[in-house]
Parts: sequence; structure tokens; C-alpha cells
Amino acid sequence: MIPAAFDYARPTTVEEALQAIAEGGDDVKILAGGQSLIPVMRLRLAAPEVVVDLTRVEGLRGVREEGDQLVVGAMTTHADVLTDPLLARYAPLVVEATETVADRQVRRRGTFGGALAHADPAGDLPAVALALDAEFVIAGPAGRRTVPAAEFFVDYLTTAIEEGELLVEIRLPKLAADDGWGVRYEKFNRVAQAWSIVAVAAAVRREGGRITEARIGLTNMGPTPLRASATEAALVGVDVSLETVTAAAAQAAEGTSPSNDLNAQADYRQHLAQVLTRRALAAAAGL
Amino acid sequence: MTAVEDPAAPDTPVQMAPAKEVGQARRRKEDARLITGETQWTDNIVLPGMLHMAMLRSPVAHARITHLDVSAAKDRPNVVAVYTGADFAEEQGSLPCAWPVTPDMVNPGHPSIAVDQVNHVGEAVAVVVARTRTAAADALEAIDVDYEPLPVVLDMEQAVQAGSPLVHDSISSNTSYHFVFDAGEAGTGADTDQAFADAEVTVSRRFVQQRLIPAFMEPRSVVVQPTRDNYTMWSATQIPHVLRVMAAMVTGIPEHKLRVIAPDVGGGFGGKLQVNPEEILALLVARRLGRPVKWTETRGESLMAAHHGRDQVQFIDVAADREGNVKGLRCRILADMGAYLRLITPGVPVLGAFMFPGIYKFPAYRFECDGVFTNKVPTDAYRGAGRPEATFAIERIMDELAAELGMDPLELRRKNWIGAEEFPFTTVAGLEYDSGDYAQATEQALELIGYDELRAEQQRRRESNDPVQLGIGFSTFTEMCGLAPSRVLGSLAYGAGGWESASIRMLPTGKVEVVTGSTPHGQGHETAWSQLVADQLGVPFEDVEVLHGDTAISSRGMDTYGSRSLVVGGTAVVKAAEKVVQKARAIAAHLLEASEDDLEFTGGKFSVKGTPGTGIGIQEVALAVFAAHDYPEGIEPTIDAEATYDPVNFSFPHGTHICAMEVDTETGFVKIRKYASVDDVGTIVNPLIVEGQMHGGLAQGIAQALYEEAIYDADGNLTTGSFVDYLLPSAADLPHFDTGNTVHPAPGNPIGAKGVGEAGCIASTPAVVNAALDAVRHLGVTDIRMPLTPERVWRAMHQGGDGGDRAAATSNAQGVTSSEAATASVTEGDQQ
Repeated sequence: MIPAAFDYARPTTVEEALQAIAEGGDDVKILAGGQSLIPVMRLRLAAPEVVVDLTRVEGLRGVREEGDQLVVGAMTTHADVLTDPLLARYAPLVVEATETVADRQVRRRGTFGGALAHADPAGDLPAVALALDAEFVIAGPAGRRTVPAAEFFVDYLTTAIEEGELLVEIRLPKLAADDGWGVRYEKFNRVAQAWSIVAVAAAVRREGGRITEARIGLTNMGPTPLRASATEAALVGVDVSLETVTAAAAQAAEGTSPSNDLNAQADYRQHLAQVLTRRALAAAAGL
Repeated sequence: MTAVEDPAAPDTPVQMAPAKEVGQARRRKEDARLITGETQWTDNIVLPGMLHMAMLRSPVAHARITHLDVSAAKDRPNVVAVYTGADFAEEQGSLPCAWPVTPDMVNPGHPSIAVDQVNHVGEAVAVVVARTRTAAADALEAIDVDYEPLPVVLDMEQAVQAGSPLVHDSISSNTSYHFVFDAGEAGTGADTDQAFADAEVTVSRRFVQQRLIPAFMEPRSVVVQPTRDNYTMWSATQIPHVLRVMAAMVTGIPEHKLRVIAPDVGGGFGGKLQVNPEEILALLVARRLGRPVKWTETRGESLMAAHHGRDQVQFIDVAADREGNVKGLRCRILADMGAYLRLITPGVPVLGAFMFPGIYKFPAYRFECDGVFTNKVPTDAYRGAGRPEATFAIERIMDELAAELGMDPLELRRKNWIGAEEFPFTTVAGLEYDSGDYAQATEQALELIGYDELRAEQQRRRESNDPVQLGIGFSTFTEMCGLAPSRVLGSLAYGAGGWESASIRMLPTGKVEVVTGSTPHGQGHETAWSQLVADQLGVPFEDVEVLHGDTAISSRGMDTYGSRSLVVGGTAVVKAAEKVVQKARAIAAHLLEASEDDLEFTGGKFSVKGTPGTGIGIQEVALAVFAAHDYPEGIEPTIDAEATYDPVNFSFPHGTHICAMEVDTETGFVKIRKYASVDDVGTIVNPLIVEGQMHGGLAQGIAQALYEEAIYDADGNLTTGSFVDYLLPSAADLPHFDTGNTVHPAPGNPIGAKGVGEAGCIASTPAVVNAALDAVRHLGVTDIRMPLTPERVWRAMHQGGDGGDRAAATSNAQGVTSSEAATASVTEGDQQ
């Protein structure tokens, strides 16, 4: 449980951070909250030459409102997310999912941006970001670029962040209850602090007894977070009822490719996805 | 094993003083230093010039070492030495196995460090000694080893087949021993085969006791300081006394030159009831280098290389008549030893052998057990050690018999259990159960949990076809504690006695030092022993200090395991206190110019009968003998005393545990709705400690039922090598526990205590599984393999069977575990 030796940089601005990454050479790791990186370094499953620690980059922390979006700094901790009034009002799905992340200690150190950049398909926040069509602002030597969630999660633990780049902000749409939005993060795991076996992030907009829009993200149903597109499509315009939700949820596992591991085999995960989607939708739709 | 019948046992009756302290829910006096981090754990010890050891461990389960080159590691910075098995081959001997359970048991021997072959993943193949811990860890990477793979033996049922590959070439099969107890042959019961031949109903089941990992909180840690030919060893161990004897025998260091200290120890659960390879290696390295050395394991090492527990396949048959009167019980057990026999590896199933009949009056009983070698880390004691396995089997099959007969499971139990008026009761296994009232405990538990209401709700949920079904499960159990009468241990070929020692030192100022041979590792001995002594000597609780865990301070001891400390060690303390009072009485009589017979001793004071208010306190007597100016001729000027107590029988705590379980039939998720337990642990010295032991035990027993399982893949790698994959529950995952007690004092010891350390762990597992099955039995489910993962429950409901084998289910899968995955693909630029 002792990491191999590494060089360490602790910048205080994004510019300094980019420089440290550039100077770090081929084998740089960026340290946010360290809740995934530190364990694998301690096990010597990762042995980077340079670690660039972002904890002193104050500019990457905090939540602000910009027009019809919320902007969340990548270094905002899970604990910060849980107490932020803007997120509580406009992105309750993020808050609800964050409440289920690991345990109190992990939430104190772990960060929103770190969890998304790590892109573990069993992590809770990637599916939420995908369901919300979040935008990812990535800084690099050539300036900043914005990547939509649908293009951000590339493969297992792999994102659109290129070598030398840094995730700085995540932009979220405002989905307020006032506008008819209801949300639910339905997580299935064996013990409270464990990873999701499967989880479903659902946001449903209702208007006059009908569903006008549904966004559903699936956790741990493939190498990346996935949208339950068939279910989403089936819900548009239908009456808000348990029957319509159940029928739509039956399509939740379409196009998924979950893994087999000690916690579950693929067929069971696909079954769970349907059950959990139904439950998440029912809760989000106020049924 | 038969109950001890010799009435001439060296056990003089002891009068217990009026209980002022005993029975009080004192907060534990040791906790302040433990929870504030002010104590010294072994890993906190820093000695001048101390070196650090790190182990290179085998990544393969079974192989010959064909090449081992440590030269590059020796050249790493701050490395002092690197040793392999070859360096210690002549002096390392074999780790001890103290329990040859049969005369022809095969013990292949167990080197502390592999010499030319490795037999399980995690076995040490080289040890780096360096000036810093980090340097030692770094240098491991420079060691070059080639392994020539051998066939891996993992499955016990295959391992015992003719033609199976062998774990040890040197022996002719993978069976270490075949142990049999037959009540017919022992004269304690009828012929078992006849009972089955005559039976109207028989039920047979195959139960799997999965492999568990003790998972104590403080990792194993050892420091050895050599001073010329004297050695001091600090170790996070449950058994400093046993360790000293065994380490002396293994290494040849004379016993009087070896002092072993167990400082505060952070949990053990049997996992530190061991003579560890690393402890022996620390001694060998310190002796070789003449420098102090330390080794502290990582969590990964702990899970991989410290001994595991349970791991049995149980074939159980029960015979009965149509009215539900049990007629016979037959058990055939395969017990996984792992690759070697450690301290009491072969004895663990034998500890359970006599408990399979449980609380029921079986007229016939036969038990057979094969100890089987596999290429896994050895098994050994884990909380309950043998009794949970037995309790699970009998409490599960009683439910299966009830289902077969169409009877209420509780009714079947009532019909067959030993009545309160029948104690002491000699069982078909030859044990003499001491006291209790199973009906009373059961009635109390039913009330605690609100049984009738739950049954009504269960009915409603069934009728409405609710996706969440409710089940109620029972475990009406007893267990065998207070290990153990030495002569019984002798009859079972165990290598040591079961006595315990205590001494009491009366300091000049009247303060009291109690030295106990029971070495605590979290149980609260300091508090409970202080309560006992405060009552016996009539001194304030605060005036008592309890010393333990250092062979230079407490010279004799058998340490802590098997729920023995209060029953055996506490009795030794009481007996020592009685001797102190006897000795003080003579001095007091002299000082009061009275006859000893005219003195009474109450509230810590000797006074002449009929003249209360005058007299001399025992604490003043302590000062008087320190000055020693005036004491009777012919006696020694001290009132210190020592006692050794050898119990005459085991003690038999019992209780009724009831679990109400919700099963989500859509997902297979199980959730304990309510849990009630009523335990009879005899006289309770400290209710707070008893409740704490119950809660912890329940958590571990429930965890076996629902969460924990050590899994090896097809190559013999431990897949559950971290707490990501070896699931332990936290408070968030466990229900509120409704606990209660009945009190039938143990007649075998003056305190009346029966032992509580393992009860919750032993009793709860079958109650939980029975509850889950009760919820879904109407859906055709008759068994679910532990742990009851949601997937297993779901598969058992939808595909039949017991939910399957998780290791087999994933052996061909692409999937990797979360921790491995996180790992394998931490690619450049990842931001974590």
C-alpha cells in the first residue's frame, strides 16, 4: 500500500496546471480528489512519473449560474454539491445521485469533475451527466473547447479529454420542478457504500397529465454510461400512468452490453435495468 | 468427547461476593485510549536502528520455483538484506499444528517461507529487509522469480476423487484426515443407520459454508528486538502465551529468552489465533541480522495471506416420524484445510462435530469429516470456529424437515428440544448441557419481534401477490463455550490445556493489580475483571488495574478465543481474589487481636462479628504487609495470590433468534426488516459489553448470510482481494437489533457466566437464511447459497436451484472487478 516514487506538482491556476501537465512528459496523472487514483497508486497498479494535484486551484471550485445553464467547477467536491442551493433547485438529479456516492469520507474529498473524468461506468455521476446532456469544458494548450456528454464518454474509463488537457467545468441545463420536471436516481447495490450494480438516472417532464420529455441515463450497463433511448422515445406524449411507464421501461435494456462480474451477470443486469427504470420513472413522474 | 464425570476435579467452590459492580453497565475503561488513538499499537512501535520487512508473495497458486534471483533487489537503495526460503531452509522448521485430530492425520509441514514450491497465492517467497518501509516495498519489484506451474486444486469435491491432482506430492491423496464420531459406537446413542432404515421421513440436503475472511480492523503487525540472545516480540496477536511457546519450539530460541507482548490489539475474531509465518520470519531475520525488525501487512496482504475461515460442504440427513419426532441425524462434511495445516486448522470442524444435534433430542447421530487440502490459503479459527457451521446445518435442516412434514418450523422445534426440567442433559454427542430454558427464550423473542403481527402481514403480502414478500426465520441454538476442560482437550488430542491463570497484586497504597492470562483484543476484559475484583475484594472499581498480554508480566496464560475469557479467565480471577481475602484474613485477625473465625469480611473490611464499624480494610492490610512490622509468625508478609482454573465442563449459552426478512421478488434484493434475539449467556457481568458483543456478533453472522464470500478464480487467485469485492456491511446496511436475555447461570463456574463472544455470530446466520426462504418458499425455492446476493435470490426464484456458484458464473466472463478495472485502464490524461 505504498505508491512507487513520483514527482509532484501543485499548481494554483488552470494555466499553471496546464503547464505542469505539459512539462510532466509522457506519464502524467492529474489528481483531483484522489478517491480512485490514490488507491490504484497505493496498490502499484498505476505508477505515474508525475502527479499534478489540482486541490489548490481555487478557480475550479464552485457552482454559478450562467443564463439557462449551471456551471459546476470540476474541483467542486461531492460534499459541496450536496449543499449547493443552485444545484438543489435546478439539478436535483445530480444531488440525489451524489448522495449515493460511496460514503461520507469519500464525498468530502471526491470531486464532481474527477468522477466524470474517471468515467467508471459503475460510477453514479456519468449516467446523470449523460441524461442531462451536460457539456464538458476542456482546457488545453490551444485554449478551451466544449464537448457534449454524448461525445465525452468514449469507452471504458476513457473520455474525450486528450493528452495535455484538463477538464475545467461542467455545464448543466436547468431542470426545475417549476417547469414540470421530476427526477429520480434509482441505485441498486449490495451494501450502502458499494458501487452500483446497475442504476438509473431519470428526469421526466410532465405537462397536463402527459409526459413531454424523458431523459434516462443507465449506470453500469456497458463500457460507458448509456441513454435508454428506446424508453425515452416511447414516453414522449404518453399519459402519465404506471402502465405507460411500465411498457416503456421494458425497453430499457435495448442496446446495452453490461459486463459479467462477481456482482452480477449480464442477463441479470438487463433485467434489473428494466425494473429500476420503471421504478425511477414512476418516482420521477410522481406516480 | 464426553462430559467430564470426575467429581474430584480440583475445583473448590467459591463464594461470590454480593454483586455491587457485577451487573452494572459500566462504560469500558479501555475505550478512552483506544478511540482517541492514544494507545500504542504494534505498528506504532519505533526502535532505534529498526529495519522493515516486506514480503514478496507468490502470484500463482501451485508451482515449482525454478529460478529466484534477488541480487538486483539487494542493490536497491537502503536495502540491508534479501532472503529466500533457501536462506532459512535449515532453521525455519515447520509452523506448528497443535491439533492432530486423528492418529493418522497427515500433516505435510508448513514452511514460513517457500523453499522450492508454492502451494497457494500469497505464500511468501522472499523477504526484503530495508531501512525504510518504502525502500522495502520498492525493492520487491526487483526480485526475479520463475514459476513452473502445477495443476491447481481448488474444489474439495473434486480434490477427494481418485486421480485428482495433488496439492502435496509427498502424500498420496488430498485428504489430511477422516474424523468420525458415531454415537452408537460411543455409547451415547442408538445405531444411526438403523434409525434411518426405520424412519418414516428422511430429508437430505447439501449446504455450502462459504469461505470467509476474518477481516479484523488492525492489520497483523510484528516487531522483534534482539538483545544479544534475548528476544522481545511485539505482535498484534490474540495469543502471546501460546505464540511464545510455539515460536520457541519452531526457532529453537529458548523459551526463557523470548518475551512476547501483545499491546492493545484491534480485533481478531480468531484471525489472530495463529502462529504466523511472518512472526517466525521476523524472529529469524532479527536473529540473523542482530537488529530490530518490523513487519506490518497491507490490507491486501491481510485478505490474501492471513488465514481464512469456514469453507465446508455439508451433506446432512435427518430422520423423523410423521408426527415430527426426530429419530436420527447424519452429517458428512468436507472441510477445506487450504494448502497447509496451521495452528488448529484440522480442529475447527471437530469443534463443531459435537454441536450438530443442537438443542434437539436426537436418539441417533453420526458425524464424519474429511479434512481436504486445496491450493488456497489455510483455514483456521473464525468467530465461532466449528459451531456456526454446525448450527447453520441443524437450524436449516429443521426448517426443511418442517416443510417436508407440513409443520410449523417452531412447532417442530418445540416438539424436539430439551425441556427446561431436563437439565443437565447429556446429548447424543456426549456433551452435558448445563442449564437453560429454550421455551422461555423463544417466548420472549416472539414478543420482542411482534411475531403475530408479522405473520399476519406475511399472509397479506402473499395474498395480494406483493412484489415484496415477507419471511420469518428462526434459529433456536446452543453453542459450546468456555474452552475448555483440559482433560477433554487431551481426549481430543489437542496439544494444550484449557485452563486459565490469574494473579492479584495488592500494592502498598491499597490499589490492586490484576494480572490475567486471558489476552483481550477488544473484548473489554479490563472493565469486566475490574468489576469482578471490586466486588470480591470490596474495593472501588477505579482502584483496580488489569494487566495482560505480556509474558514477562503475566507468565501463564491460554489467551482469548472460544468465548472462554470470562468463564475460565474470570473464574481464575475470582479464585485469586478469594485467596487474597484468605491471606488478608490471617493478617487482619492478628492486627485486630481476634480469631480468624470471628472475623467477617464485608464491603472490603474485616471486622469482628457483632462489632460493625470497627475493623480493618483489606487495602489497609495491604499497607500493613508492605511495612511488615507486625504480622503473624509462620506466614509470608504478602497477601498477593495466584490461581489457575481448569473448567470441569464447557458452558452452553443458548438463545432464540428471529429474523423478519423482506425479499424484493423483482430484483432479489433482501432486506432485514426486524431482528430480535434473546440469549442466555448466564450471569451478566456487564450488560453494556454483552450487548456490544451481541451486536458485533450479529453483524458478522448476518454478513455471512448476506454479504461475505472469499472467491478464488479458476487459477486460484483471490478475486475478492479488497474490500471493494469482499463486502462487509456497515451500520447503514444492518437493522436495529432488538436484544434481550434470559439468565440461567452456568452451574460450572462461580460467576455463572456462559460466554457471549460468539453467540450472535453463531446464531444469526441460519435465522437470516431461513427467513429469506420463508419469504419465497411458496414460489418453489428450497435453498439459496450463501451469501444471499440479490442475483442468487433472483435466480433461485426464476431458474430454480440454489442460485449458483459466483466463481463459476464469472470464470469465463470478460468482466473484471471494479478495483481491477479501475486499474487496468488508468490511462494517460485521466483525471481522477
